[in-house]
Amino acid sequence: MNINPDIKAEDFAEYISSQEDKGLLRFLTCGSVDDGKSTLIGRLLFDTKLIFEDQLSALERDSKRHGTVGEEMDLALLVDGLEAEREQGITIDVAYRFFATDKRKFIVADTPGHEQYTRNMATGASTADLAVLLVDARKGILTQTKRHAFIASLLGVRHVVLALNKIDLVDYSQERFEEVRAEFDQFAESFDFDSAVAIPLSARFGDNVTQRSDKLSWFNGPTLLEHLETVEAEKEEEGGPFRLPVQWVNRPNLNFRGFSGTVTGGPMRVGDEIVVANSGKTTVVDKLVTMDGELSEAPSGQAVTVTLKDEIDISRGDVLAPANNRPDVSDQFASHVIWMSEQPMYPGRPYLLKIAGRTVSAQVTEIKHKIDVNTFKHLAGKQLELNEIAFCNVALSHPVAFDPYEANKETGSFILIDRMSNETVAAGMVWFGLRRATNVHRQALDINKAERASLKNQRPALLWFTGLSGSGKSTIANALELKLSERAKHTYVLDGDNIRHGLNKDLGFTEADRVENIRRVAETAKLFVDAGLITLVSFISPFRSERQLARSLVEAGEFYEIHVDTPLEDCAKRDPKGLYAKAKAGEIQNFTGIDSPYEAPENPEIRVSTVGRTPEDIADEIIDRLEENGVLERALEWHI
Amino acid sequence: MPINPSSHLKRLENESIQIIREVAAECRNPVMLYSIGKDSAVMLHLALKAFYPSKPPFPLLHVDTTWKFREMISFRDTIAEKYGLELIVHTNEEGVRQGINPFDHGSSNYTHVMKTETLKAALTEHGFDAAFGGARRDEEKSRAKERVFSFRTSSHSWDPKNQRPELWNNYNARVKPGESIRAFPLSNWTELDIWQYILAEEIDIVPLYLAARRPVVNRGGLLIMVDDERFRLEPGEQIDEKMVRFRTLGCYPLTAAIESEATTLPEVVREMLIARTSERHGRLIDHDDAASMEKKKRDGYF
Ligand SMILES: Nc1nc2c(ncn2[C@@H]2O[C@H](COP(=O)(O)OP(=O)(O)OP(=O)(O)O)[C@@H](O)[C@H]2O)c(=O)[nH]1
Ligand SMILES: [Mg+2]
Repeated sequence: MNINPDIKAEDFAEYISSQEDKGLLRFLTCGSVDDGKSTLIGRLLFDTKLIFEDQLSALERDSKRHGTVGEEMDLALLVDGLEAEREQGITIDVAYRFFATDKRKFIVADTPGHEQYTRNMATGASTADLAVLLVDARKGILTQTKRHAFIASLLGVRHVVLALNKIDLVDYSQERFEEVRAEFDQFAESFDFDSAVAIPLSARFGDNVTQRSDKLSWFNGPTLLEHLETVEAEKEEEGGPFRLPVQWVNRPNLNFRGFSGTVTGGPMRVGDEIVVANSGKTTVVDKLVTMDGELSEAPSGQAVTVTLKDEIDISRGDVLAPANNRPDVSDQFASHVIWMSEQPMYPGRPYLLKIAGRTVSAQVTEIKHKIDVNTFKHLAGKQLELNEIAFCNVALSHPVAFDPYEANKETGSFILIDRMSNETVAAGMVWFGLRRATNVHRQALDINKAERASLKNQRPALLWFTGLSGSGKSTIANALELKLSERAKHTYVLDGDNIRHGLNKDLGFTEADRVENIRRVAETAKLFVDAGLITLVSFISPFRSERQLARSLVEAGEFYEIHVDTPLEDCAKRDPKGLYAKAKAGEIQNFTGIDSPYEAPENPEIRVSTVGRTPEDIADEIIDRLEENGVLERALEWHI
Repeated sequence: MPINPSSHLKRLENESIQIIREVAAECRNPVMLYSIGKDSAVMLHLALKAFYPSKPPFPLLHVDTTWKFREMISFRDTIAEKYGLELIVHTNEEGVRQGINPFDHGSSNYTHVMKTETLKAALTEHGFDAAFGGARRDEEKSRAKERVFSFRTSSHSWDPKNQRPELWNNYNARVKPGESIRAFPLSNWTELDIWQYILAEEIDIVPLYLAARRPVVNRGGLLIMVDDERFRLEPGEQIDEKMVRFRTLGCYPLTAAIESEATTLPEVVREMLIARTSERHGRLIDHDDAASMEKKKRDGYF
């Protein structure tokens, strides 16, 4: 900060208040590895005289030890504050730094270029108004440059600067600058930024960062700092409908009941008619209370405590809004998701979702498409890996109030949290709500299937083995159960042995009894699936309609009909229990395949042939299919 | 003079209040670390604003090493009483019995036992799942890397290479039993913001921040105040009366004063703006080496 040391104390109060009214710009530096982001921030801090003498001498010491530029000062070391970063010469996590000029205050987030740390870049971008996208003049625009531009735009950063850095290494070439600029203009166009400006500079030598440079005399645009000081990127005055997500119910005594939170989207006024979005109850704003006195109007961004004219039921996580301009309320929406965990995301897996102070249980029900960050093309996908971005349908355990992210960042953004590790695994931007009619996930019970399955770290499923007597159903089911238990999955096998001797011991083998037999098994299996188990049913179940009944009892995607397709001759030849012999001899009536029909499945999820194969081999085949369908994680990931 | 509703101070104030409320709402048993310095003064002021007309729904915790400036202790007690707040004072009695002190045991060793370990013990003993701290990102380069909601393992350590992503102001406060969150509502404030805010809001601060004649010893170029009779002079040292003030406050034998004529807050701010050294320069414990703060934080220093 450049102030005149001779300034008189009397004038000081004035000086101070002039400082207070400066605008604030939040920006980030991003781009590919080693493009010079940290060096650039170091340069800005250094040139705006924010580095104190003691820090400077520490920098000199550090540069000798860890520096990447020989004897010179390595300005990146001013910013790369972690031991591991200094040792490796890279940025791992975002650093927030502060500087000011006479015109503006700045909060800058220096983000890592390494793909592995993309989520830390997203962290830095989520609160920024502008992105400085660095490009190494020698390398030009890389995949990572595009990924960062894409993420910044997805997170609502409306202004971007292409900083063509290391211009010293291409002899300050205007030609090279124009070349990269043309490429940048082309891909930036699709993002529709409010401003996109290209500036050549050298972070290391300071050309065109805060000062013009003779070597870049051909460039008649602004220096980077000039541009940052003047770009109109401050949040446009929000004049839309207000939202007040209730953070905390303020109840000091019986006479005061207020709702504390931060107003967003637009101003909230005393006398406004408001609605509690979730319950639909309406009332009128009585007072806007702060410790500095009551307000008649609270602008967007103001932290307040609201009191209302009527006593209505409101708690944390409720959203107050104008009665005539309400947010969506739904338990399903479509949104962009940035996946930030090493553990892949599978549709159907339950997570916690936190949106505007409300936490509910949620799952991605469908990946509409993934986005290739290099070509921005849409790709199909069954799961999301670390740093992948997709457009998804999300279903929640309870309806919540929200807005599209474009309309309101506060009420349109959410995070997903892993229920076991408590890690933040995804960031989401709501696109639009989905109609209630399509919703399938309302649960009356607090602890639901999703919760129970999540405790077991698995997706519940009903694996229904059907096939002739002696076809190998139970042997395969047992082999499969063993493999699942090796993967720490919680399972149970229902078969003739444990059902016929207990629950169904009152049933015989007439057609009616066989139907009832399967009905009871199916209902039992349904409860076991609801308990979160991977349930294996091994019954001949010869009739299509009963198998259809079983299928209808569980959710779509949970039922796997597995046809153990062994020809009758082979079953009869094997005849492990001597039953075919007895049936042929007429000693047993109603024996499937002999004097009772077997209706083979027409479209089973899985069909396995058994002749000449081991049960283990067949179980592996089934596991492969379950992995493909996302019921099981891939073995590799599971081994790590 | 109230702060301008569109100023950056107001933006910072609003952001801090949102953070403080979020901790109170999400965490089962939070506590506010109150170190009596200017940052704590601002943090407490913001907490009073956040919950007004209620009182902050958490106690204050002060880890008393028994070597704080006397003026700090009396200020602390006055403030707690003035606002009717519950104040927990925690001292490592075992350390006191063993006579652990900053003279014989070295600054980092002493700090570790009397401050870091004591703080951890206090947090564990009371079962706090969240603790507010007044640290700012502009103080030090590893702090510039830290999240607003900073996760700590059950042994109170910080893993800087594996921090939770933290987007927007949507904070993840979830912890398992024994684990905890350190919440830093002043993360985005600078030293100048703190002073401007103190000035604008007329916040009470310990008088040690203003220049006055005080007894000091020059030790290796740093001015150390002789606050009580436990101070040990080294051979050749003598006590001088000097006009001094403090930029930061801690244990008196480990906190250096600067010579100054600034007897009012505006003068302090003015001096600050032309200062050539950083605030932490006056803290003896930070001088060990470049990565020392990160190391301390990984071990559970606040
Ligand atoms: N010649 C030249 N070298 C530069 C310039 N800017 C940065 N460098 C060098 O490029 C190397 C990488 O710089 P960093 O600032 O660490 O790059 P970064 O983009 O922050 O890297 P990550 O954060 O790890 O992605 C260092 O050796 C810098 O000194 C420049 O303008 N010219
Ligand atoms: Mg870097």
